[in-house]
Amino acid sequence: MMDGFDMLLVASAVIAGAAPLVMATLGETLTERAGVVNLSLDGTIVLSAMAAFVVASLSGSLLAGFAVSAAVGACVAALVALFSVRLGMSQVAVGFVLTLMTRDLAYFLGSQYARTEGPISGSAPVPVLSGMPVLGQVLFNHSVPVYLSMIMVAFAWWYLYRTSWGLRLRCVGENMEAAYARGIDPDLVRVVYTVAGGALVGLSGAAFSLCTKPGWGQPQGCEGSGWIALALVIFGAWHPVRAALGAYLFAFLQVMSIHFQSWFPDVPAQVFQVAPFPLMIFLLAVSTLVHSEEAKMLAERHPLLRILTRGLAQAPPLSLGKARSRD
Amino acid sequence: MTIALRSIHKHYGDIRANDGIDLVLRPSTVHGILGENGAGKSTLMKILSGYVRKTSGTILVDSEEVDFKNPAEAASHGIGMLYQDPLDFPPLTVLENFMAGQRMKAWPDRSLFRKRLAGLCREMGFDLDPETPVVRLTVGERQQLELARHLAAGRRVLILDEPTTGISSLQKDVLFSALRRLSSGGATVVLVSHKLEDVETLCDEVTVLKKGRVSGSAVRPFSTGALLEMMFGREPAPPLRKGHEPGAQALFLEGVHAHGGRTGLAQCTVKVNRGEVVGLAGLEGSGQDVFLRVAAGLTRPTRGRVHVSRKDMTGRDHHAFKTMGVAFQPAARLEEGLIAGLSVAEHCAILERSSFSLDLDASASLAQERIQSFQVAARPESPVESLSGGNQQRLLLSFLPDDPVLLLLENPTRGLDRESVRWVWERLDAIASNGAAIVFSSSEIDEILMVSDRVLVFFEGRIIHDVRPEDTDALMLGKAIAGRV
Amino acid sequence: MRTVFARMGRPLEMGLKTALAGVAEIAASVLVVVAFTTLVLLVAGAPPLDTFAVLVKGSLGSWSKLSHVIKVWIPLTLASCGLLFTFKAGLWNIGVEGQVMMGAVATTLAMRMGGPSPLAGMVTALALVAGMAGGALWALCAGFLKTKAGVHEIFAGLGLNFVSQGLVLWLIFGPWKQPGIASMSGTETFDERLWIPSIEALNLSPAALGMAVAAVIVTAYLLSSTRLGLYLRAVGGNEKAAVLFGLKPHAVMTAAMLCAGGLAGLAGAFQVSGVYHRLIPAISSGYGYLALLVVLLAYYNVWAAPVVAFFFACLNTGAIQLPMLLSLDSSLSGVIQGSMVIAALAVHSVSTRSRRSRG
Repeated sequence: MMDGFDMLLVASAVIAGAAPLVMATLGETLTERAGVVNLSLDGTIVLSAMAAFVVASLSGSLLAGFAVSAAVGACVAALVALFSVRLGMSQVAVGFVLTLMTRDLAYFLGSQYARTEGPISGSAPVPVLSGMPVLGQVLFNHSVPVYLSMIMVAFAWWYLYRTSWGLRLRCVGENMEAAYARGIDPDLVRVVYTVAGGALVGLSGAAFSLCTKPGWGQPQGCEGSGWIALALVIFGAWHPVRAALGAYLFAFLQVMSIHFQSWFPDVPAQVFQVAPFPLMIFLLAVSTLVHSEEAKMLAERHPLLRILTRGLAQAPPLSLGKARSRD
Repeated sequence: MTIALRSIHKHYGDIRANDGIDLVLRPSTVHGILGENGAGKSTLMKILSGYVRKTSGTILVDSEEVDFKNPAEAASHGIGMLYQDPLDFPPLTVLENFMAGQRMKAWPDRSLFRKRLAGLCREMGFDLDPETPVVRLTVGERQQLELARHLAAGRRVLILDEPTTGISSLQKDVLFSALRRLSSGGATVVLVSHKLEDVETLCDEVTVLKKGRVSGSAVRPFSTGALLEMMFGREPAPPLRKGHEPGAQALFLEGVHAHGGRTGLAQCTVKVNRGEVVGLAGLEGSGQDVFLRVAAGLTRPTRGRVHVSRKDMTGRDHHAFKTMGVAFQPAARLEEGLIAGLSVAEHCAILERSSFSLDLDASASLAQERIQSFQVAARPESPVESLSGGNQQRLLLSFLPDDPVLLLLENPTRGLDRESVRWVWERLDAIASNGAAIVFSSSEIDEILMVSDRVLVFFEGRIIHDVRPEDTDALMLGKAIAGRV
Repeated sequence: MRTVFARMGRPLEMGLKTALAGVAEIAASVLVVVAFTTLVLLVAGAPPLDTFAVLVKGSLGSWSKLSHVIKVWIPLTLASCGLLFTFKAGLWNIGVEGQVMMGAVATTLAMRMGGPSPLAGMVTALALVAGMAGGALWALCAGFLKTKAGVHEIFAGLGLNFVSQGLVLWLIFGPWKQPGIASMSGTETFDERLWIPSIEALNLSPAALGMAVAAVIVTAYLLSSTRLGLYLRAVGGNEKAAVLFGLKPHAVMTAAMLCAGGLAGLAGAFQVSGVYHRLIPAISSGYGYLALLVVLLAYYNVWAAPVVAFFFACLNTGAIQLPMLLSLDSSLSGVIQGSMVIAALAVHSVSTRSRRSRG
């Protein structure tokens, strides 16, 4: 039954498969830490995947593809910032419409390039390190975007918790008025990190179409991952490392679903392809449940539960989704 | 650093929060700003700290004219403010809160800030652990942290808005000795307070504000009577109520504790009988808001029991209280009391709860009746958000049930002129004569004395006084409110 | 971008009447959308004028095309009506897509159980009711996740959308697979007697059309002239105040979800019984998500919603011709619809802002 199940291969596939999702999750974590919900993720990823694929095919340069995808992600995010931060429109409405619109835009503009040959960011083992036993294969035998995603996790943590810019960003997300009282411009910070987060989301699109799920077609394999990234941000309690771990967990579920397919040939393959999505959302539901009044009351009575819920529950940035009132 | 404020005005629409205030703040001095709720103290201080922009007037810092556009500009002149509700970042750690807003390198040396914080704490007698999230600190500790942060950033003028609200007496002693030390070191300290005691213990100089203007000033040693006169002084209003024979028990709170508001509610045991009008006095947010919500079934007590008409209602929801004849009216009219987007007639229609299909004509004529009898300047089809504050208030009063057991009213006459207040109370008095108990909060001592059969004085979440109006007066109540029983 | 909108907002600042401002708002947003779409078309290397012509001719050019538009309009209008209930109660019922799918599943189940009996008409009617029930039950799940567990309705709805998509696929490739081989083309086609009756010459089902029109009228009546509509608006307007007025917000929200799910389920039922005559993987055709756009663009107005739905149905139908005639992808319709909503929301918020700052 367990034919062809190799732990190392699975671990390596998880690290590689999660790369785009890690980028998107980190991008959205930054954005939400500044208090803005960018709900347009799902469409943005598809659009930037298309842009990256087309540009890389035409120019023959992978770098150009990645650059353009980041620019596309930043542009869509700039729209979200413009409409929600400057015009005070509902972040949910704007993000949702943009997510549908950008996806259709991707399929419309990209249709003539569908199923054409394009460049692929191939495997580039790290010299020396890839020769290490176990870790070499799991961590150091990947393509450049995968390394990038791993570095980004560490960088995002360092940026958020160890730099003065990261501190300012967290301040705005927690309390815009207090940030303003300390000489920080909350609107500016929100716009900057919405756009920066959008650029990371854009990069994740390129990581899909040029690396993890190479190529472009309809439907692109990356559809739906934007919603997963949004759920992962909550699941990861707005902490970059925890959110990234969530992305690896999701990638693990996806890899396992392929194995399950061979173990349960009677169940149609499509079910396993879809299964990780609801599973993830329900994990999220459980982690939200911890916040509920009943759960808190219950935890008050059982000290052991209290410790557990404290560990799981992490409140969202206090100004998340709110617009700043001006007089 | 000497700061002179000349003829400061701040208008919000028709409301003049500051109406021509002159004030001089000198170095090495603790300057008290005293006044009732709504006297304009907080507005004035927010202008000085750059948080709010003035409508007109001049601010001179060491004879140089300044016009602060934002708090950062005021900070660069060495002016820092500690807000009443600490403006900090609760989920972040003490150290991060200390660092935020200070000058620092791109990737700052945290140990440097840690050392600086530890040094300041030692000097001031504070005990703060740099890695604790601020959400776990008490209000007093958050204040200490803010103070330390302002000092580290080199502020020479410190404004403290109601710093002793919600902190322990021990923390107050620590704070005051720190402030004295700073003042003797040449800093300018401004203490904004309602509390006479605080001002008298700490301040060298006091300016009293009333209704947006300076109503007087004094230097140490202070005469309590003179200060109270400046704060509350006015001709006493004739009592409206003749007093009724109290009827059966309407409300009984038994050792109730509850969370909420600024201070929560602690050890509250009160009986209110039908026919009684009970006024809740105290600084805004001293527990009156929580008291009313517990009695209405909107907030569940953490300890103690709530009885309505001798029936134990502890833990029941508002709907259960409603069927027992309890009605609650919140102070935040548009936020909690009325439904923006719905018209006056539609509000009436919700209350009728008759057939499934709406008879809008019938609701409109009912609305018209209410509008007329409560003198609301509106039409049945007007959306409630288009009404002025006073009219919204009257509309809410018109929604009260005709034959209640217990009416709980939060600032029921706020925003009404004196005539309307009298008119409203004649109505409520009639309801009380019919056998309803009325419990209301108000920031107007005159109003409370005018209409109540009994006054409960709240201080820091506790009832510290339970008196009849004929046994007290405005000055005594003013003292009690300020924490001097 | 911002200056563009600001410039457009300026004529509105001059104190025109609200009606005129409304017309100006629509004109301004149409202008933005035409400009944006033209730009997109130029980027794709397509001739803009020809493309617009194809969209118009492909939707309104002949009776057969118009009848196709109506077939799109019916489920879109049904789902939009449902969403009006939830939006009025202040809920973002993103799970509407899954509710459409579950309506389709329930209808298919009922038809399979009923089979082509002599009472086929009855089976069809019952299957439609089953569709409504299926959608409503699915909406109830999201409603309970929201009111009992505090999961935001967006994520509860999305999760349920994924679940229902998985369920549809499992049914098509598992228990309900076609004799022989399972395929993406869906389940076996139903007996013709189970289809919603339609006039063959016109390719139009008066019964289904009547259903959609009735849904609009009933929705309008329920929302404006009944206690239910009033309570929905009260809870959506101010949950706290609604409690003081004696309402139970959670019960009202649940009622809203039930209405929305029922109508969305009916849309799914029509997809099965009136359009595809079987269950296919993409049974919802994305109409749930599209209905969200319809309601946003209609600014939550009952009477505007069917008009917007008709316009969107025209775009969807017209775009079908694009791949054949101009070798362009049909997703252009989605681009136009999305940019339309964004532009309208933006123009509206700019003009209300400037009006407020004047007043």
